[in-house]
Amino acid sequence: MSRRPFTPKVVAANDLLDGDAVWLTANDSWTRDMGAAELIEDEAIAEDRLIFANAQADRVVGAYLVDAEATEFGPAPVHFREAFRTRGPSNYAHGKQAES
Amino acid sequence: MYHYNDFDKAFVQERVNQFRAQVERRIDGSLTEDEFKPLRLMNGLYLQLHAYMLRVAIPYGTLNSRQMRQLAMIADRWDKGYGHFTTRQNIQYNWPKLRDVPDMLQALADVGMHAIQTSGNTIRNVTADHFAGAAADEIADPRPVAELIRQWSTDHPEFQFLPRKFKIAVTGSPNDRAVTKAHDIGLRMVRNAAGEPGFEVIVGGGLGRTPLIGKVIRDFVPQADLLPYLEAIVSVYNLLGRRDNKYKARIKITVQENGIDDIRARVDAQFERLKGEWGGFDQHLLARIEQSFAAPEFKTGGLEKFNAGREANPAFRAWTDTNLSAHRHPEHAIVTVSVKKHGATPGDATSDQMRALADLAERLGYDELRISHEQNVILPHVHKSDLPEVYATLREHGLATANVGLISDIIACPGMDYCALATARSIPIAQEIATRFDELKLEHEIGPLKIKISGCINACGHHHVGHIGILGLDRAGVENYQITLGGDGTETAAIGERAGPGFSADEIIPAIERLIEAYLTHREGAEETFLQAYRRLGMAPFKAALYPEKEGV
Repeated sequence: MSRRPFTPKVVAANDLLDGDAVWLTANDSWTRDMGAAELIEDEAIAEDRLIFANAQADRVVGAYLVDAEATEFGPAPVHFREAFRTRGPSNYAHGKQAES
Repeated sequence: MYHYNDFDKAFVQERVNQFRAQVERRIDGSLTEDEFKPLRLMNGLYLQLHAYMLRVAIPYGTLNSRQMRQLAMIADRWDKGYGHFTTRQNIQYNWPKLRDVPDMLQALADVGMHAIQTSGNTIRNVTADHFAGAAADEIADPRPVAELIRQWSTDHPEFQFLPRKFKIAVTGSPNDRAVTKAHDIGLRMVRNAAGEPGFEVIVGGGLGRTPLIGKVIRDFVPQADLLPYLEAIVSVYNLLGRRDNKYKARIKITVQENGIDDIRARVDAQFERLKGEWGGFDQHLLARIEQSFAAPEFKTGGLEKFNAGREANPAFRAWTDTNLSAHRHPEHAIVTVSVKKHGATPGDATSDQMRALADLAERLGYDELRISHEQNVILPHVHKSDLPEVYATLREHGLATANVGLISDIIACPGMDYCALATARSIPIAQEIATRFDELKLEHEIGPLKIKISGCINACGHHHVGHIGILGLDRAGVENYQITLGGDGTETAAIGERAGPGFSADEIIPAIERLIEAYLTHREGAEETFLQAYRRLGMAPFKAALYPEKEGV
């Protein structure tokens, strides 16, 4: 069986206290701007980073790997669900879209 | 309505204190998320796409003005100034911070409310006909029994870890407004030949991935036997229900796989075992509960102001035509306040709106409010002479939309705007449909029509029982909306039939428009509703309208 080729990822999670969407950066901190996250191009590194994220239980909840692509503004979401997480809901200007 | 006794108060307070300590231990690192998650879910706290979400139980949808004001206060103080009324008659706050949740639960406890068993594999908040205690067509008020079920099911030691969640709905009326046939257990109040009150018990209904209409397990259970009989059903399910596969764990699958006759035999045997253990205490309790649901003393005073108001103000007249229902007292009416202003989020009320509703209830509504599973707010008892004033006040607060039961009175789950489980958004679709048909000024001509939208297969938006159901899915990374037709959530319950391939977000509104055009073309007259026309004509003309390019191929 052929495996699907690895596509670039970022590590996403929710902030423990606020519940807000956050992403893991290259220097092991968490950012609320996906563009500042670490884009991981290698599958083994992605798994390693996810293990690191899951050990950050005092900071974040529910870490997972999400597809992302490189843009001039840093990693950007590929799927619409993850795009919503970078903005907030569409019915009110709440969440991240209200903070910028 | 029911007021907490000392036992209720002590129990809820203890849970608040417990959860406060649990949150502290989570934040200081003593509890891992794996340890904390079941504890927060037991208290209604979810983690969603952008934030935590707190789901607060509104048992059988009944509130008083003080409780509604407290919900408004909570929205202002710890959330973003609004709350979302749900299809289980609950309210959800979309933006709480973890540290604040114990204070929110304390504020709820202060007015006799909680968020217990609004999540998890337990018996969830019991729902009821939102016109209970007021409807002209009612045999009796189902809320005392609903409260009894709440007390029995809350923290029931045997039923905290069921195979899956378990939902019970009760109606006291032959006209089913509580969707009893789509619940794990539906209870329909009936009287036997001797005129004694009891319940038709329906089991194994449900929506979600495998939509099924419930089956009658017993056509008459005397009221005195109800709790032991319910306990028998749930305990049979607890042992027999599948725990190997989440998607086959609901009682509807247990009934489907074993057959209703097998389940009935097991339940009967269990009921015989249990019955003797009850000793009648529950009936003693029920008698006490019934006292607290005594109907208010309805005032009288003539209908001149009401009739004059209808004469003078066409907008008021239109509102009374759509938003009132028959009350058991001839001078009163049940007011359904539409929380579905065209273009607004279905079921969202601001704190100002909540306070306005609380004031109206207190001043002109015998201090009672209800939340409907259709995400509206009910003033169950209003003297008709007070309706012009009620209407004027609702208007000031954007709550006077005359659309109840019409195409823009849409049920929509939070969908992917909030929900971590969603596969597509539902709110924007509801907003666009309502806005579009308001522009067309067609909704009164179209008449009674229920559109229900879910943002995933779990069907919180009840799409299977919408006359038009819309299910949002993810098709290869794009939002896609499937249409079902002919669903019905009432006593003539039916699961809608899928019309064909789904539509993109851009295509779905024009598709609904074509569907409505087809209905208006084919109906026999304004008296034939969309659902009746669908039942007479079948899928073909609607399918042709939805997929015109396929015609003649």
